[in-house]
Formats: sequence, structure tokens, C-alpha cells
Amino acid sequence: MKIVVLIKQVPDTYGERVLSPDTGWVDRAASDRVIDEINERALEVALTYKDSAKNTEIVLVTMGPAEAKDALRKGLSMGADSAVHILDDSLEGSDALATATTLAASLKREGFDLIVTGNESTDGRGGVVPAMVAELLGVPSLSFVSSVVITDDRVSGVRSDDTQTLQVHAPLPALISITEGSPDARFPSFKGIMTAKRKPLSVLSFAELGAEHPSARSRVVSNTERPARAAGRTITDDGSAGSQLVDYLVAERLI
Amino acid sequence: MTDIVVFVETSVSGELRPSAAELLTAAARLGSPVAVVVTTAPLDASTAADLGALGAATVFNAVSRLLTTSLTGVQTAALAKAVEQFSPAAVILSNTLDGRDIAGRLSARLGAAVLLDAVDLRLDAGTIVATHSVFGGAYLTESSVDSGLAVVTVRQASIEGSAPAAAGQLTSVEIESQPLTSGVIDSIDDIVVASNRPELRGAKTVVSGGRGLGSAEKFVLVEQLADALGGAVGASRAAVDAGYIPQSHQVGQTGITVSPQLYFALGISGAIQHRAGMQTAKTIVAINKDEDAPIFEIADFGVVGDVFSVVPQLIDALNSRKP
Ligand SMILES: Cc1cc2nc3c(=O)[nH]c(=O)nc-3n(C[C@H](O)[C@H](O)[C@H](O)COP(=O)(O)OP(=O)(O)OC[C@H]3O[C@@H](n4cnc5c(N)ncnc54)[C@H](O)[C@@H]3O)c2cc1C
Repeated sequence: MKIVVLIKQVPDTYGERVLSPDTGWVDRAASDRVIDEINERALEVALTYKDSAKNTEIVLVTMGPAEAKDALRKGLSMGADSAVHILDDSLEGSDALATATTLAASLKREGFDLIVTGNESTDGRGGVVPAMVAELLGVPSLSFVSSVVITDDRVSGVRSDDTQTLQVHAPLPALISITEGSPDARFPSFKGIMTAKRKPLSVLSFAELGAEHPSARSRVVSNTERPARAAGRTITDDGSAGSQLVDYLVAERLI
Repeated sequence: MTDIVVFVETSVSGELRPSAAELLTAAARLGSPVAVVVTTAPLDASTAADLGALGAATVFNAVSRLLTTSLTGVQTAALAKAVEQFSPAAVILSNTLDGRDIAGRLSARLGAAVLLDAVDLRLDAGTIVATHSVFGGAYLTESSVDSGLAVVTVRQASIEGSAPAAAGQLTSVEIESQPLTSGVIDSIDDIVVASNRPELRGAKTVVSGGRGLGSAEKFVLVEQLADALGGAVGASRAAVDAGYIPQSHQVGQTGITVSPQLYFALGISGAIQHRAGMQTAKTIVAINKDEDAPIFEIADFGVVGDVFSVVPQLIDALNSRKP
């Protein structure tokens, strides 16, 4: 079985994140960059399967600037077998459809039985790229699933929100996007970190994919930073905090 | 006037989801709303009339037995048909799991660009402009598509107002074939909400609890305060991870974004990822026993104290105000 896990490097959510005032794009230089946590969980889904089915090959694919290779190295140290980095200046500022078009072209080239992705990135939060990639590849997709079960020829999971819980499955080849309901990822072992340096990591330009940029695109037309919130009043409870709080809520006409 | 296609979500039994109203409201600002509804049996006239009252000029009903077995495949096919028939300027969907899945499929199928998680939509000299709240409301951005159809998802409970009533003219098509590229639904359980608390999204008051509540049993305190205030119940990720409450209540970076008049954070430290889901609340009240908890940096009213003594005092004080 060949499983491809899609990886995105994002600004660390523990720090401040900045949009560039000119383009409205994420300012990558302004924050620490990390592999998105949801991608680690996606990789964990693949690694868990590999734990029981040894002849599984796990390939990581990312599209991003030069530093994105750090995210791939992290994934390799966790246990993936090889990685592909699509690196091309013409991809800067890609919207969801352009990103999906590029990823789909590389997946076609790479070949796969199963593609595992996170449900949404922490910087874009769009959550549509997985469905786009599946559509462009002509394969079924299970989006926003947890409790994933992979077998030789099919994948299943549970998809739930506040309105419904669905039990879903798809025959392979297929794509799944997993949610935070999937287990936390394992830490890289020392051996993993050492061997990661020798694992194959190939770099591809957009031209090498033989794809075309889509003609339709979305664009950020304006971008305003909101003023930060300031702290208000803080009291220490002396047994009367409850009534002081009610007085405050009444004064602010909140109750 | 150009048509704007709106995807209306329904429950398994065919009832309209509440998002229909706000999607039609947004659509009516941009053009003439066409409501697309996918059902297993033909839509009855009264539901079409309901959609008309909410602003739909046309109701396009795609009927398919496959709806309950094909994961978003039928809906995508129905919208593709509607786009072919109406040549709309935009297709508008709710930013739900289904909405995003269908938006992605449709965009890739038609080669159309997407505008995602819009909190507002307007027409600017003939161009559709979407507003987005980025990084937990730290930025407001606006976006538009360069040319052609825009596929737009709208954040739930973000559009205010209502659309003028329209004709709700009903037309139907059948969708017969199983879409080859869709996943298969083995079972569907509609979640019936047993409480009469308001929905977290759009609630005027939200009371959230964190790891500081200590256990699922003790998390009841959060619900008691929510009920005393007539508010919705939220939670931090740590409280969800610890099993105090289901994930659908998680507020934050990877949960729901709320923007209520009043937000209570009980036993929540105020990690940046939690703040990303609630920092646009009008008023924030925090109760935490650690005076250095970062939640106090953004609280309008902070109480350094134990939730198990402050919250009962507060509930008593609230109850004694009531006639
Ligand atoms: C990619 C990513 C996404 C994330 N997404 C989210 C998200 O969507 N939502 C979210 O909330 N978090 C999210 N997190 C997690 C976040 O970083 C924090 O771990 C989490 O918010 C902590 O929850 P907490 O405040 O309940 O717990 P803690 O940080 O453990 O805080 C508990 C607080 O309770 C106080 N306390 C304890 N006992 C009492 C008492 N008796 N009375 C009063 N106070 C008491 C303590 O002083 C402490 O401040 C995310 C993290 C990552 C990496």
C-alpha cells in the first residue's frame, strides 16, 4: 500500500501571526514556522497502519517555500519513507484552487492508494483543498473524518458535527481528510531523527509537474489589522466577587 | 438581475437548516436568489413557499434516492446542474462540513475560484466582495475573484438582517446515477439537541469552561451558569480532550469562533489558540485562580478566585435579582 500524506508548514499558532500589509498573504518571515499539528495527526494515521502492515510506503508531499523542507524532515523523522517538495516562486500567493491543482498534479505523478490530509490548515482554515484534490484526481474522498480504519482495499471513518454523525467508507484509491478527533502524533525517536537525514527528499519545480495554473483565481483586495484588546479591571475574590460581578453586568447592561 | 445560487442544507427528514435564511439574505444583496435543495422525495409546496418567504425567487429541487448513501456527490451534481441552467455570478454555501466539501468539489469541477468563510458579502461596482475575519479576528480582509463564477462559503450565524420575500417558484430535476467519485454513507444519525440552550454559534452569551473544572461531573457548574444567564455552553480544547464535553462545543483556533455580547471563561488559561475563537466578543469575563493567567490580559472583568466558590456566588446573586 502506498499512502501519501500532504504536509503544510504554517506560522506557529503559539506565536503572533501576521498578514503582510501589501498582499494580505501570510507573512511567513514574521513567525516561527512549524509543521501544522493536524498534518502530524494525518501522518500518525498512516504510521499506525504501517505498524500493522509493514510493506506500506509512506510519502510526504508539500508545496511551499525553501524552509518547508524542515516540515518534511520532521515527518521523515517520525517515520515516513520519502518526501517530495514542490518548490517554485510562481506558486507564491496561490489560492485554494491553484494549490489543489499543483498538489493533484504531483499526486498523479507520484501514484497512491490512499491520500491522507488534515481537514484544514491553521493559517488558511479553508478546508476545501482536500475535496478539490480528490475531484481533480477523480477519486472518492471522505472529508472531516475521525476513527479512521484502513484495510487493503478500503478506508472508513466517522464524520460528525453538531447536526449529524455519519459512518462513511470509500474503496481505494481514495482521499481522506482527518480532524483533531484523530489521535495525537508520536514523537520522532532518536533513531528516526538520525535516519531521516538519509531518506530521499526530492525537489520539483512547477514546470516538472506538467500542470497549468488555473485561470480563475481569488485575490485579497484589502486588509486591516484590528486594534488589540486591552485588559480591564481585575479583582481578587474575597467572598463578594459574585455580587460585584453582577453589579458590573448590570452597569454594562449585559443582563 | 443576475442569479445567485444558494445551497440550502436540510436534515435527513428534509427540514431546512437555519442557515437557509442568512444565505438567502446574503444572496439577495448580490442578485436574484435561486435556492437549491436536494431531497430524497419531491419538495412539498409549503417548503418552497417557506424558501420564497426567506427571499428565494426560484427553488430548484434536485430529487435523488442516492442522497442518503452518497457523501456530498448528489449535492455537487445538483449545483453543477443549477450553474449550467442559471449561469449565476456566485454559488453560496454555508461553511459547514458539507458546504466546504461541496464547494471544493464544485470549484475544481467547474474551474471556479473560491471565497471562504465569509462573514459578510457585498456588491462593489458589480464585483462580489467577501469579508473574512482572519487569525481569530486579528485582521479583517476582503477578497474577490478575478473573473467568472465565485464559489463562496459563509460563516454560520454571521449575516444579519433578512431578504425581502420573493416568489419561491418551484422547479425540479432528478439525479439518477451514483456519482463515481463520492464516498459512501453507511449510516446517518441526526443529532437531536435535547437542551433548550441557544446554539453556540450566534449566541448572545457564551459560558465556557476549561481544564480548571477538573472533571465531567464538575463541568456541570458551567452549564448551571449558562442556564442562569440564558447562554450557550463552550469549552477549551483541554476540556474537550479530557472528555468533559463533546468537541462540537470547542471554542478556538480549531473549534468554533464566537463573537457574543458576553463571554465567560471559567478555569481557562487563555492560550492564544483559545483566544483566537473568542477575542472578538464584546465583553469578556474571566474567572481563574491564577492571577498570571493570560486570559486576564484580554478580560474586561477578571476575578482571581476559585470557580467553585465564585460561580455559585454569582449564580445566587443572579437568582436573587430575578423577581
Ligand atoms: C494547533 C492547535 C490548535 C488548538 N486549538 C485550540 C482551540 O480551538 N481551543 C482551545 O481552547 N485550545 C486550543 N489549543 C490548545 C491550547 O494551546 C491550550 O492547550 C488550551 O486552550 C488550554 O485549555 P485550558 O485553558 O482549559 O487548560 P489549561 O491551560 O490547563 O488552563 C486551566 C486553567 O484553569 C485554572 N484553574 C484550575 N483550577 C481552577 C479553579 N478551581 N478555579 C479557577 N481556575 C482554575 C488554572 O489556573 C489554569 O489557568 C490548540 C493548540 C494547538 C497546538
